[in-house]
Amino acid sequence: MSAFTSSALRRRVRARIGLYFGLTLGAVFAGFPVLWMLSSSFKSNSNIFAYPPKLFDSSFTLAPYLAVLSNPVQIGYFVNSYVVALSVTVVTLFVALITGYVFSRYEFPLKRIINVVIIGVQAVPPITLLIPFFGIMVALKLYNTYQGLIITYVVFTLPYAVIMMTAYFDSLPKEMDEAAKVDGASAQSILWRILVPISVPGMVSVGLYTFMISWNEYLFALTLTQTDDRRTVPVGIQLLMGQNNYLWNEVMAMSILGSIPVLVLFLIFQRYFIGGLAAGAVKA
Amino acid sequence: MASSLLTPGQDQRSATVPAGRHQRPLRERLEPYLLISPTMLLILGLMVIPIVIVIGYSLMDNVVTNPTPKFVGISNYVTILTTPAFWSAAGNTLIFTVGSVVAHMVIGILFALMLNSKTMARVPRAIFRAIYILPWIFTASVVAVLWRLLLDPSGVINYLFTSVGLLHEAVPWLATASTALLAVTVINIWSGYPFFMISLLAGLQGVPTDLYEAARVDGAGFFRQFVSVTLPALKPILYSMALLDLLWTTQQFTLIWATTGGGPLERTEVLSTFTYKLAFNSYQFSMAATSAVIVLAGSLVVAVFYVRRQRKAAQR
Repeated sequence: MSAFTSSALRRRVRARIGLYFGLTLGAVFAGFPVLWMLSSSFKSNSNIFAYPPKLFDSSFTLAPYLAVLSNPVQIGYFVNSYVVALSVTVVTLFVALITGYVFSRYEFPLKRIINVVIIGVQAVPPITLLIPFFGIMVALKLYNTYQGLIITYVVFTLPYAVIMMTAYFDSLPKEMDEAAKVDGASAQSILWRILVPISVPGMVSVGLYTFMISWNEYLFALTLTQTDDRRTVPVGIQLLMGQNNYLWNEVMAMSILGSIPVLVLFLIFQRYFIGGLAAGAVKA
Repeated sequence: MASSLLTPGQDQRSATVPAGRHQRPLRERLEPYLLISPTMLLILGLMVIPIVIVIGYSLMDNVVTNPTPKFVGISNYVTILTTPAFWSAAGNTLIFTVGSVVAHMVIGILFALMLNSKTMARVPRAIFRAIYILPWIFTASVVAVLWRLLLDPSGVINYLFTSVGLLHEAVPWLATASTALLAVTVINIWSGYPFFMISLLAGLQGVPTDLYEAARVDGAGFFRQFVSVTLPALKPILYSMALLDLLWTTQQFTLIWATTGGGPLERTEVLSTFTYKLAFNSYQFSMAATSAVIVLAGSLVVAVFYVRRQRKAAQR
């Protein structure tokens, strides 16, 4: 009897050790590259490839960050990214609220087809749109402008934003707005006065998704902008890499600075991120 | 909006509707279309029309650079489908995509299972979860420069591999023809698995615990429980995520563009970088459009499977 329990105990201990070994291995795979980026951003550039490499060495310095933050061109990239990503978030959210409301609360003949189109366009590869977009943006005089990038990202984020918002409205009881309708409330006031105030979680998910896509986008930002006063952070990082092939510490510092907005949003709104993400993956 | 302020009785036009036909007033019937018109205009103008344009480009001889392009039918398709560089890019895309999707799935399941383990306390679970999600915070442009640093011949990965004896000398992973595709695939695996992991973790929490208890009573060990309880429960999520990942990975541009640019010797050229170069490096916009349409067709096939899958799931 005692032999049995001690072997069961031993097995459980062994399973536990195995689990933590696996977890640590996974954490090294996931976290070490990030740790290395962080440590490299605080090194002097001559120590980047010091042999043997050290996580934190004697050259610890804030200079790479100061160099990025005191360079007007680099600051410009950040300003551009904020202008574009925030504008896209506002526009997409506004349009998605109205469209999601219609899809959730109205029945109309073309609804099914339009719905399929909205789901379908999400599959269109960005590279396919890039070639005609270039011509369209030049023709509309939107090449190398904020508006050009903003409208591009609105179109890219809108389909999924509409799907998420529709799903959120579908989860709210219809009786509420039907009662208001009987009382003579217009569609607009039902949406803005009744549904929107109780839809904050859905709006946060949509807003985060939209901001992240716009903040991170590279291909169209690269192709539809031409001058430093319109380029965004992801393009700026690559330019810094190309110009100064050897300023690794500044490139890493700029990468960290460029990732902070998403990191902060993630830390504050973690459950919305994961909720929206999971919902999207499973039921989009 | 004025139209919505009118109730049916007040609408003058409702009087003109023939009696006996129970039709709502025109304004009310048009209201949903009016409200979704911004979305529809955007999608029509900047999704549907561009697709029509790109298909048009693919049927003409060199557009954009040629002021009077001629209609040439499918000859661009014949040309591109007989170009070895196209097939080599398609092959690389396939290896890159299949490698990434399979690894995302395996790592995603493994990490989700470990994080979901009952024997772990809350605090270590939260810490490990935060670490495992980390790669997902960083955009492809950042991931690319980070891994260029890590994989540099004098970088830390080469140092680790040579000092434990796995390698005799440092390898410039991204600049060596035989290792570059493997290297970019590993980078993509690192940056993409958290999305699988998060969704699977949510899925795991939805598996009823009494199923595990029943399996344990029947004498099922850990592996048996995984195969007959966990895996069947996760199958719908896995299938959907694999299709989405397939779609996204075949479209990956930034990561490859910013690490190898398709080199060395076109060994990491994928369809998106191949198409981009045709358009913006050699200004062959018709050829680029042709390649882009082929990529679109491939994506739509995957999308049809995905939408069908979602439909089925919604009906259940």
